[in-house]
Amino acid sequence: MSKYFMLQDQQKCIGCHACEIQCKSHKGLPNGPNPCQIIPVGPQMINDLPRASFIFMPCFHCENPWCVSACPTGAMKRRSKDGIVFVDHNLCVGCKTCITACPWGAPQWNPEIGKVVKCDYCMNRIDEGLKPACVTTCLTHCLNFGQTEHMPLIKRERYAKAMAASKGAAIHD
Amino acid sequence: MEKEVYSLCFMCSIRCPIRVLAKDGQVTWIEGNPHVPGMEGSLCPRGVAGINMLYDDQRVQSPMIRIGERGSGQWRKATWDEALDLVGNKLKGIIDEHGGHSVVLGERTQLATHVSKTFLKAIKSPNHFTHDALCKGSVNTACRSLFGYTDGEIGIDYKNTKNIVLFGRNIFEAVAVKEVNNLMYALEHGAKMTYIDPRVSITATKAHRYWMIRPGTDLALNYALINIILSERLYDAAYVNKWVHGFKELQEFVNDYTPEWAEKETGISANEIIDFAREISRDKPNVIFHFGYRGANHVNEIYMRRSILILNALMGSIESQGGLFFKKGPGAEGGKPARKLVSQEFPKIDVPRFDKAGTPDFPLPDPAHGVGQILPYAILNEDPYPIKALIAYRFDPLMSIADTNLTKKALDKLDLIVTIDINYSDIAWYSDVILPESTYLERTDCVQQMNGLKPQMFLRQQVVEPRYDTWDGVMILKQIAERIGTGEYFPYNSVDELVDWQLEGTGFVRDDFNKKGFVAYGKKQIFWDREEGLKFKTPSGKIEIKSSLLEDAGFSSFPAYESIEPPPENKFRLVVGRNAQHTHVSTQNNEYLNYICSENELWINDKKAAKLGINNGDQIKVTSAVGQGTIKAKVTNLIHPEAVFMIHGFGHEAKSASRSFAKGVSDALLQENIYDKIGGSPAYHDTFISVEPL
Repeated sequence: MSKYFMLQDQQKCIGCHACEIQCKSHKGLPNGPNPCQIIPVGPQMINDLPRASFIFMPCFHCENPWCVSACPTGAMKRRSKDGIVFVDHNLCVGCKTCITACPWGAPQWNPEIGKVVKCDYCMNRIDEGLKPACVTTCLTHCLNFGQTEHMPLIKRERYAKAMAASKGAAIHD
Repeated sequence: MEKEVYSLCFMCSIRCPIRVLAKDGQVTWIEGNPHVPGMEGSLCPRGVAGINMLYDDQRVQSPMIRIGERGSGQWRKATWDEALDLVGNKLKGIIDEHGGHSVVLGERTQLATHVSKTFLKAIKSPNHFTHDALCKGSVNTACRSLFGYTDGEIGIDYKNTKNIVLFGRNIFEAVAVKEVNNLMYALEHGAKMTYIDPRVSITATKAHRYWMIRPGTDLALNYALINIILSERLYDAAYVNKWVHGFKELQEFVNDYTPEWAEKETGISANEIIDFAREISRDKPNVIFHFGYRGANHVNEIYMRRSILILNALMGSIESQGGLFFKKGPGAEGGKPARKLVSQEFPKIDVPRFDKAGTPDFPLPDPAHGVGQILPYAILNEDPYPIKALIAYRFDPLMSIADTNLTKKALDKLDLIVTIDINYSDIAWYSDVILPESTYLERTDCVQQMNGLKPQMFLRQQVVEPRYDTWDGVMILKQIAERIGTGEYFPYNSVDELVDWQLEGTGFVRDDFNKKGFVAYGKKQIFWDREEGLKFKTPSGKIEIKSSLLEDAGFSSFPAYESIEPPPENKFRLVVGRNAQHTHVSTQNNEYLNYICSENELWINDKKAAKLGINNGDQIKVTSAVGQGTIKAKVTNLIHPEAVFMIHGFGHEAKSASRSFAKGVSDALLQENIYDKIGGSPAYHDTFISVEPL
């Protein structure tokens, strides 16, 4: 795992897809590749109320990334200072081994350049002290980004408040 | 070279404040204005797709003159001089022969609407209308009937609410960034949300209570709620005694509308209605019965909207924290608003509007917006007089006015159709001349007067030079005016000069907007004193549940409820709505937005679909009395069996917009052009359609 963590607050996500579009816009991508993606599940009736989940899928930036091990040219790299996994387009030959290797489908195919693109937490922005594109403009601020140990304790806080108010549990989780 | 510009988005009409970065003349980044509470960087999907519109090579790149039949898509490129001369000459001929009132201009209300209105006033035409009337004319009339203010003068304090009720106001899909974030804040802090809709939307999935109401019966639900609130004395008695006119009459009126009666009509159990009335009254006055964003569903729309507003009045939530409030203008802080061109002296107009709004024939709709759906009838019947020319300004009558075939038939009678737009909209495609406007990233715009709890002004500012041969709308109209001899009403040579003229006397200058994108007249939120200081603009000075506006015009304040019949055998009530990726009819061809959502589907109840032999994903035929089309079926248990649903804005006919061309079905093609004859809204949900497998 990189030293960073991206936390999606499901309770606040409305599945609007602004994250996906900002990501594509920022990286200048054509239709097709989605370095991050919202996968809607539902709605379905749960205890007589309609509920839906919008699962946010970026790259998880693994500690021992399958994609890096699989890459035959060394194009897929893990940045030593913070563990961000990224593609060096000078070295990528478009063999797609990383797409096969990744258990979560994070590496994406960019047909315009015949190479792989993937979520790199917008490391150009991070190096400028900014947050990734998707997080910065997230409509409801449901995407949070930071160092893993500093991430907001959203779920614990929400649970604690609900408990204190004797409401049993968080309403949506 | 990198540059930072504060501006206003224009991917929809909300005008969210944005911060834009550009490098070497190219826009590189758009985010919500970080200085504005509720924005703080965030944007909606349409807002983040703005760069995509700027660089879209499928938008109209230069003035175009039609050379084939109308709608044939045969065009030739023209210079601005040539196109403007053509429009000017034709218009001049029409005005000389038939009078200025034979010219109609329809537009989506925007910052330069005062310029469009000036254009018509100068030629003695009363015929300006806005999209607003098609969206919420009856909400406007309902608000005026109760408070003397329009809906546009009323705001909602989502952030501090304790309990909110949404009647199909799909707030988490038909999104406005600040609203979403303020409501999300309230929910995070314990607010309760009730959502009422025949269909499960994303908003329903976030609600604490969801009612799949029988379509068209919200009014029955509200009368039953009022019944309980009165009989159990759950209302804010002090507020009601002081500020409500017609309380006794209301009591007598709702006496028979019991929860048990409403259960039969709406399908919502009487006990649930009673429990809910008791629950929400505990949170008064910090409650919101949302009066709607679009309010154009049924022929009795005005009474449905009034019933919602009456519920607020009973809760004392009007001019309350966490409830509704009246927007305060610069005057409340001793300031002055930006000037508008319509403040000039104009020649007197001595004919009624084409829609007769404000005359005894159609007394109550707001003439400031007009009634757009009357246009086809006015043209076809030459009633009240012949109409010869239409200027469609970022407004598409073919997809916004119900019954596209009827509208086309009317447009065919016109001598001139001119469209000012960015994209190849369907009306652009059907026009004689297209005058392309620059995108919001390529032009400065007129000042936004932002009235609210804290009066402010915002400014849309140019970020980059126009990419194609496009102009500012205010310069297009001025140049046409020059050619028809009314140029004197447009005392500016650029939009910058116009903005400077607007700001004269306000104490602010254009540079003041550079720091944060806006200027504020004061620092504190202004609420009127609820005990003594509520300034209702009705004749009684109170909230007129018994309405002089209605009754003076010969309408009842309390018409008896008429039961909603189920749809005829094998037919369904067509219900329409929005999602977060698209704005009305204007974004379907945007590459990224189209990629996320490229066509609409017809939601149909699973049990009904099984009977008809329709499977999920099937292409199906939909037919109404006025039109038909083919659409993909979405079979689901999440919609009421009497309704079918589709998203508005698909089924485009303009071939040059290739991504959206012929994708899905246009709701306007199927809907009948019927409307609320008192309030003015179209009745978009009063069309029944049949559905069959292909």
